[in-house]
Amino acid sequence: MSIHGLAVVANNFHLFLIGTLITLEITALSVGMGMILGLLIALMKMSRVKFISIIGVAYIDFFRGTPLLVQLMLFHFGILPLFFDTGPFVSAVITCGLNSAGYIAEIVRAGIQAVDKGQMEAARSLGMTHTQAMKFVVLPQAYKIVIPPLINEFIMLLKDTSLVSVISVAELTFRGKLLYSTTYEPVWVWGTVCLLYYVVTKSISMLGDWAERRLATE
Amino acid sequence: MIEVRGVHKSFGKLEVLKGIDCHIAPREVVCVIGPSGSGKSTLLRCINGLEQVNKGQIFIEGVEVTSSKVDINAVRQKVGMVFQLFNLFPHKTTLENITLAPIKIKGIPREEAETIAIELLRKVGLPDKDHVYPAQLSGGQKQRVAIARALAMQPRIMLFDEPTSSLDPEMVGEVLAVMKDLAHEGMTMVVVTHEMGFAREVGHRVLFMDEGIIEEDAPPAQLFDHPQQARTRQFLSKVL
Ligand SMILES: Nc1ncnc2c1ncn2[C@@H]1O[C@H](COP(=O)(O)OP(=O)(O)OP(=O)(O)O)[C@@H](O)[C@H]1O
Ligand SMILES: [Mg+2]
Repeated sequence: MSIHGLAVVANNFHLFLIGTLITLEITALSVGMGMILGLLIALMKMSRVKFISIIGVAYIDFFRGTPLLVQLMLFHFGILPLFFDTGPFVSAVITCGLNSAGYIAEIVRAGIQAVDKGQMEAARSLGMTHTQAMKFVVLPQAYKIVIPPLINEFIMLLKDTSLVSVISVAELTFRGKLLYSTTYEPVWVWGTVCLLYYVVTKSISMLGDWAERRLATE
Repeated sequence: MIEVRGVHKSFGKLEVLKGIDCHIAPREVVCVIGPSGSGKSTLLRCINGLEQVNKGQIFIEGVEVTSSKVDINAVRQKVGMVFQLFNLFPHKTTLENITLAPIKIKGIPREEAETIAIELLRKVGLPDKDHVYPAQLSGGQKQRVAIARALAMQPRIMLFDEPTSSLDPEMVGEVLAVMKDLAHEGMTMVVVTHEMGFAREVGHRVLFMDEGIIEEDAPPAQLFDHPQQARTRQFLSKVL
């Protein structure tokens, strides 16, 4: 604790903020990708076609059963370069997106299965196809159930994006590391990093609570 | 209109339907009675393909429902179904419940579908409930909306699976009245019910099912007053 530490934080505060923005950017893009892909994987896992459901199951098992840190290195250094030239930022978004899709798929599946089976049957009995029944009847009911765990996943992912610092994406944790290595002010530097993560995650969870209340009264 | 030939259905090891044969003519109202677990719901669900039979055939207007090549969605458009627990779509108003399928499946323009829906709501005695959500309706009102929803597809046949069993007694009458009107209009109906009064008054035929077979199939007066089978007599003595 020192005046020096306070000065370090104050003088570099804009760098912390840029880092926070990049963290948010990676999280938002990954969650966006994760939601679309996650819905698809969930539907695949629930498919009656064995082959398709096995792919869904395998996907979820892989991304939830192995560490994100390892996935990041595998994709950034190993797999993605086989297809195209990516910078660390793109690698980070793709890997985090693929990873969160695995978690979101399970959330979505639980949400769909929580909708009363009679809803699907009533829709089918009217002559809707399975896809129409999903789209117009089941999913619109599942999304309310899914929002709280989805917000939770959003927060978990936001914290996990700190791992992308290992592939040198200049997000919040990476900025912290840089600043710490030049200033040796661990409490001030990491304390600020913590505080910024906390402010962001708290805001998201408050936003989630608000959305949940809105939906409940609808 | 409906032809059921030698239908068998099992869930795992449990054989629920053990060879069902019956024929239902156009405009006929057939009531199905029998003890719990005898396979009444399963038979109805096989008729519109919600369950797949293990053996036998079912034809609706000459189309084999049990064939693997059938366009089951097209068949279901002609066969309305009403469930014990209504299964209304809770996220949609009554009007939207009724118009959803006609708009999305048949591609009927919204205004036209709404005109039809309002007409149907009037018919089931709920003319002022069009913008209400199901949660705001009583059980009897929900079931009448469910009937209107099924009718909106202009089905040729209506299947009812214990439509009044989950209602408070004072609401049973309003739902049965709607069904009676429908029968008088000449709708072909298969009604699984515990309402023996309705079966006797409105039914043209009553099927008594027990342990996966149709024990007795007769006009109501005969089945209720002169049951031929011992099992039928035993069942009736308990419920009448
Ligand atoms: N999806 C299912 N999986 C396993 N068993 C089932 C399934 N559906 C029904 N059964 C069983 O099949 C038997 C017949 O059920 P069904 O619902 O047709 O009877 P029911 O005559 O309609 O009875 P109730 O008057 O109680 O509605 C019951 O023993 C039931 O437990
Ligand atoms: Mg039943």
